[in-house]
Amino acid sequence: MTEQLTNTPAFPRLNEPAPEFEAVTTQGTVRLSDYRDSWLILFSHPADFTPVCTTEFIAFAEIYPELQKRGVELLGLSIDSVYSHIAWLRNIEEKTGVHIPFPVIADLNKEVASKYGMVQEGASKTEAVRAVFIIDPKGILRAMIYYPLTTGRNMQEILRLIDALQTSDKYQVATPANWQPGDKVVLPAPNTIELVEQRFESDLEIVDWYLAKKVLE
Amino acid sequence: MACINPDGTLTPSAQAVLKAAETPCSPTEIAKAANLPLFRVRSSLRELVEAGLLREENGSFTLTGEGRARLN
Repeated sequence: MTEQLTNTPAFPRLNEPAPEFEAVTTQGTVRLSDYRDSWLILFSHPADFTPVCTTEFIAFAEIYPELQKRGVELLGLSIDSVYSHIAWLRNIEEKTGVHIPFPVIADLNKEVASKYGMVQEGASKTEAVRAVFIIDPKGILRAMIYYPLTTGRNMQEILRLIDALQTSDKYQVATPANWQPGDKVVLPAPNTIELVEQRFESDLEIVDWYLAKKVLE
Repeated sequence: MACINPDGTLTPSAQAVLKAAETPCSPTEIAKAANLPLFRVRSSLRELVEAGLLREENGSFTLTGEGRARLN
């Protein structure tokens, strides 16, 4: 029982402060608090100089301008040295012409990976899984995605998730399945009879009292 | 250190941060003036304060005498 508890990775929790850290990166030492007032995507990859990770880094670099328009910074992480990161990022640029503009944490002692549940022994005892953490400008963890070692992440889904979170914050609405910017959004369900009756008198698109959609102006 | 090279010279980004802090300013103002992301500026400010090249007063950063000398 004790062994089971020891081997269980710590997982951060949604809507709670993201675990603070200070880490060596390819752009100097950064702390999570350095990202306050910006959105942050903290993501881990299994290892430098590996095929799927290389395609992901190129893909993250490609969406970086779109992320910046949304006030989002990127921060990578793997359990490799900063020298390995530097060599790999330079190799990516040399071989593909793609510059990686964001910093990458060298988490050799797994300090950050441990706080975020990035090392999952069923997948690998030495490498981080493909995790994505979206942290808002107040330092609150708003979304988590975990992918297995074999599957590269979908950048359009990450952008969509950022758009959905920012839309929810701005308009106090939720977003339905497969929502894309410009689609109708969903309103929170009314919690009193009076609010239900009001809803039926509104010009919302009503499926039933608990499911109403509207177009954002 | 991302701001100070092993030979003691300043990196280009550190020079940009110091130059922006010639008049007292906030990290956000320095980021805008130096054209650097805010997280990089906060990280650099920490190093430059520790190295004695900048000082902080009420959230505003300004050059120390040594910082001014290194910039010139």
